Amino acid sequence: MDRETQLKLLKDMLLARAFEERAAEEYTKGNIAGFLHLYPGEEAVAVGVLNAAGPSDYVVSTYREHVHAMLRGISPDQVMAELFGKKDGCSHGMGGSMHLFDRQKRFMGGYGIVGETFPVATGIAYSIAMKQQPEAVICFFGDGAVNQGTFHESLNMAALWGLPVLFVCENNHYQIGTEIHRHSAVAEVYKRACGYRIPARRIDGMNVLEVYEATGQALQQIYAGTGPQLLEFETYRFRGHSMADPGSYRPKVEVEAFKDQEDPVAIAIRETLPCYPSADEISAAGPDVINKLCSQMDNLGHLDNRQLEALRSEVAQIVDDAVAFALASPEPTLEDAQAYLDCNRQQEVLI
Amino acid sequence: MAEEMFYWQALNRALYQQMEADDSVFLLGEDVGLYGGSYRVSEGLYARFGEWRVRDTPISEGSFTGLGVGAALLGSRPVVEIMTINFALLALDAIINMATKIPFMSGGQFPMPLVVRTPGGVAKQLAAQHSQRLEQTLMNVPGLRIAVPATPQDAWWQLNQAIRSDEPIIVLEHELLYFSKGEVDTQVEAPPMHRARVHRQGADLTIVTYSRMLQVSLQAAEQLSAQGIEATVIDLRSLRPIDWDSCVQSIEQTHRLLVVEEDSSFAGAGAEIIAGLSERCFYLLDEPPKRLAARELPIAYNGTLEAMSIPRPADIVAAATDLCQTKDAI
Ligand SMILES: Cc1ncc(C[n+]2csc(CCOP(=O)(O)OP(=O)(O)O)c2C)c(N)n1
Ligand SMILES: [Mg+2]
Repeated sequence: MDRETQLKLLKDMLLARAFEERAAEEYTKGNIAGFLHLYPGEEAVAVGVLNAAGPSDYVVSTYREHVHAMLRGISPDQVMAELFGKKDGCSHGMGGSMHLFDRQKRFMGGYGIVGETFPVATGIAYSIAMKQQPEAVICFFGDGAVNQGTFHESLNMAALWGLPVLFVCENNHYQIGTEIHRHSAVAEVYKRACGYRIPARRIDGMNVLEVYEATGQALQQIYAGTGPQLLEFETYRFRGHSMADPGSYRPKVEVEAFKDQEDPVAIAIRETLPCYPSADEISAAGPDVINKLCSQMDNLGHLDNRQLEALRSEVAQIVDDAVAFALASPEPTLEDAQAYLDCNRQQEVLI
Repeated sequence: MAEEMFYWQALNRALYQQMEADDSVFLLGEDVGLYGGSYRVSEGLYARFGEWRVRDTPISEGSFTGLGVGAALLGSRPVVEIMTINFALLALDAIINMATKIPFMSGGQFPMPLVVRTPGGVAKQLAAQHSQRLEQTLMNVPGLRIAVPATPQDAWWQLNQAIRSDEPIIVLEHELLYFSKGEVDTQVEAPPMHRARVHRQGADLTIVTYSRMLQVSLQAAEQLSAQGIEATVIDLRSLRPIDWDSCVQSIEQTHRLLVVEEDSSFAGAGAEIIAGLSERCFYLLDEPPKRLAARELPIAYNGTLEAMSIPRPADIVAAATDLCQTKDAI
């Protein structure tokens, strides 16, 4: 993978992390209320998938979707303003954290009822297929959502009619407090797709490069008209289910294990940092493979710590600006709310 | 002897008592077990009764509520917790098409001791999909009973009664009531499950309400009292059946009726309450009865708009003052 792409992935992940941690802070301050589901730990999934997606693809997501929205080009300003319930938010303060929408960006919503993303995505795909466009829908869902009837019903229809949907499971192993082995008879989500003859793979969702590559391959096939596919990304959320949930049901060792070894942001940084071979490594590899080793290291990308710090302060600034924007934005009025409810009313005389 | 406790604790005690007394009572729902329930209602029960009696379910509302129906056919007493009423929309087939129809369609062959507990209502900035009030949808189902406990004491009484009943019962709780406190006397005999309760006596008007709007109405009644208007506040405690007699008795004294509800007024719970009381009290009323309900809007995430969307004490005061305008003139 080229250095530019790697840098882009890294920056997206850094922004995702910084944005979400700041959202948590703003929630504590009282600027954000309601259910706030955060994404730290899972960044590699959205960042890998949505960087591989084409600009004309549609995205349907869950209530844990701030990062997905930003990756589709909704500005951090607009996402933060929505979290603050302000008029300049991408849903004009009506939806809040769980219901980000942007029609222009083809971000078809954050849905709060578990299992809703399947039929909505399938319907969008149906419409694409009718128009025979080279486009796809990316449908995000959690491991807990696959036990909702809509999962099975939608996979069946999507396969039956060969619809262009990429089903993307963000398997963080938990349905709030219930661990996957306690909620699913088959804990490998990808295996469920075979009941509908949908090609499916399980991928390390902590590794953004793998996520990116798997998604790109799947989408190419979907654009070619081969029907739906399913990708399961194994990941982990570092925080509780939402800000209302301390997450105390998870064994400490489990949380620590994921934090220490598998923080996807750390992996992305590590993979992008320059790794010149040490003298020992070079001599161990033998003289004839020095060039080979160097080029392998080279492929991992070059990024020094100064550059990394620059990236960090860049995303910190973006997040600061987003908060300032959200604070300054006005509140929507009741008249606004009424207008949104009636947005599809034409000239009909109702009475 | 009365003891002060949270609403969730009263429910928790009731579950404990019924599960101790009867092995056929079991709980199921998302995170009711290890986690102890989203609002702590089933706290400690998993440890005490084990996984067969306290079952953590997948996110499969339609099927685990239907499972409750099936188990009830064999005489088990399932208490299904649906995390919030918004998700009960996915379980309506089990509740409406199965639970209330099987005993009837089979010509009276089966018991249906199913309890579905779920909180409804507007909480705090949970946005449109998580702020629904669906009592009106359930009220129109013959064979279904709906208890709406508004205080810890009622929560204790009514959940105990619901579990003992052989009919399907919805215990409609409220997200903002779980952490409200009140006296609970676990020894005193319970009133009939569907009997309304007069919380405050006043001669000028009757406010009929239920669930969390009881608290809001009682606050308004205090403010009204300071203005010289004395309201009777009646908590219905049940939306099907409705205790008409208690309401009629009050209207005989006050001749004015204000219904306060958290759902929207169009075809809402208040529509039934007003219709039922108009039929019974038409000639008793000095003024047309009035409804105060939520706006005809989904609930916005924005906190200011959310607060403006459902009745506040000031709205009740204004409506009651309006209704009593002619009081002095007569
Ligand atoms: C139909 C429905 N039932 C229950 C809930 C409450 N709820 C919200 S998120 C959630 C867990 C979802 O887990 P998963 O699908 O794995 O997604 P994650 O939150 O882990 O990303 C539950 C039970 C809901 N929103 N909708
Ligand atoms: Mg999950």
